[in-house]
Amino acid sequence: MASMQVPSQVEYERATSVEHALSLLTRPETRILAGGHSLVPMMKLRLAQPEVLVDINGLTELAFIALDGNELRIGALARHADLLDSSIAGELYPIMHDAERVVADPIVRLWGTIGGSLCQADPSEDLSAVFAAARATAVIRGRGGDRMVPVREFYLGPYETVVGQGEMLAEVRIPVRQGTGSAYEKVSRRVGDWSIAAAGAVLRLDKRQRIADVGIGLTAVGAEHFVAAQAEEFLAGRAADEENFAKAGAIAAGECHPVVDQRGPEDYKRHLVAELTARALRRAANRVSPAP
Amino acid sequence: MTIRVTVTVNGTEYARDVEPRLLLIHFLRDEIGLTGSHWGCDTSNCGACVVWLDAKPVKSCTLLAAMAHGHAVRTVEGLEQGGRLDPVQQGFVECHGLQCGFCTPGMLMTARWLLDRNPDPDEAEIREAISGQVCRCTGYENIVRSIRWAARHPQDQA
Repeated sequence: MASMQVPSQVEYERATSVEHALSLLTRPETRILAGGHSLVPMMKLRLAQPEVLVDINGLTELAFIALDGNELRIGALARHADLLDSSIAGELYPIMHDAERVVADPIVRLWGTIGGSLCQADPSEDLSAVFAAARATAVIRGRGGDRMVPVREFYLGPYETVVGQGEMLAEVRIPVRQGTGSAYEKVSRRVGDWSIAAAGAVLRLDKRQRIADVGIGLTAVGAEHFVAAQAEEFLAGRAADEENFAKAGAIAAGECHPVVDQRGPEDYKRHLVAELTARALRRAANRVSPAP
Repeated sequence: MTIRVTVTVNGTEYARDVEPRLLLIHFLRDEIGLTGSHWGCDTSNCGACVVWLDAKPVKSCTLLAAMAHGHAVRTVEGLEQGGRLDPVQQGFVECHGLQCGFCTPGMLMTARWLLDRNPDPDEAEIREAISGQVCRCTGYENIVRSIRWAARHPQDQA
């Protein structure tokens, strides 16, 4: 058993309500345990060494996906498989189904949670770019109440978010607007692997087929806040056509900061960003439903 | 420090005092002696450790035993009913779905889950379902055939 990987000693608490979880989270070195599919492997490798785990898997009140007025609300404990199975999410934001089809594998998707993905803040994680592209808002709950943080301001850096001690991510809210189309394009080495690079686009067109709003998210290429801000700025108000999509792709490729690793050299990753950004924009534009 | 963990495995309740860090796969194999589930890559990639927690398959090397407290676990030992193999087990026999057998318990549990949701999956659906599991012997071809065999013989299910 010498090579067996086990986590360090840790205390375990099972939260019975959100309030109970929040009171447990006031202790330092405490981590929320949801799906555990990032945290447990990190604990085995000693990349995470919490002293206390707060298991929130019993908090089913956080496991919802629902349309509420002009917002799509996704509870932090909704699983990847729930999002992939949600027809309302797929209809309003096909980018979410594009991405969920290529997050890990079907078994992992049954357990990994949306909230866990965001709070893990892994630079290669797919949903961060999706929610950044969609300009979602994170609802962070503390004992004093909720605070709303745009997903684009949620990350402080790799594996680090604005969720503080005594707080937890409760849900993500995504604005729903007429005339919106969206798509996610990912290239990975094999099924279930992390992205070499990926791009997500959310577009809203006006009556003249010009781009009224656009969000572009980038995965695994060192984009600040997972966003291609200069490419977005370029597209605003322009025609939704091939030429502009290609130019936006080139701008996105220039503004991100991919690093050389076992998944590829920098120029290859920039090439992917240009191509995948253009593809995501094209597919998003094709998915815009005509105004009623 | 230990905590009391009570889990119903294949219909039988087991209670053990374990460390919170104990993984479900080791609870099953070392605490209650059900060694059918295999402990493989330890990184949730290979799927040899797949069991069901309640109605869903899970890679049991990535779940703490504590997380299964109060829940029902089904392992490969629970597939056979009344002395009759589950069709997925029979399919692996009929179609030579294993060579070394290391990945088999996880493959069987995922196959059973797939067929419960989709009784007549095509090859692409089968390959998608087992895409989080690794077999180093068969090249997957015979595993796909075995699961197709099980889909064609549902009447054998107890």
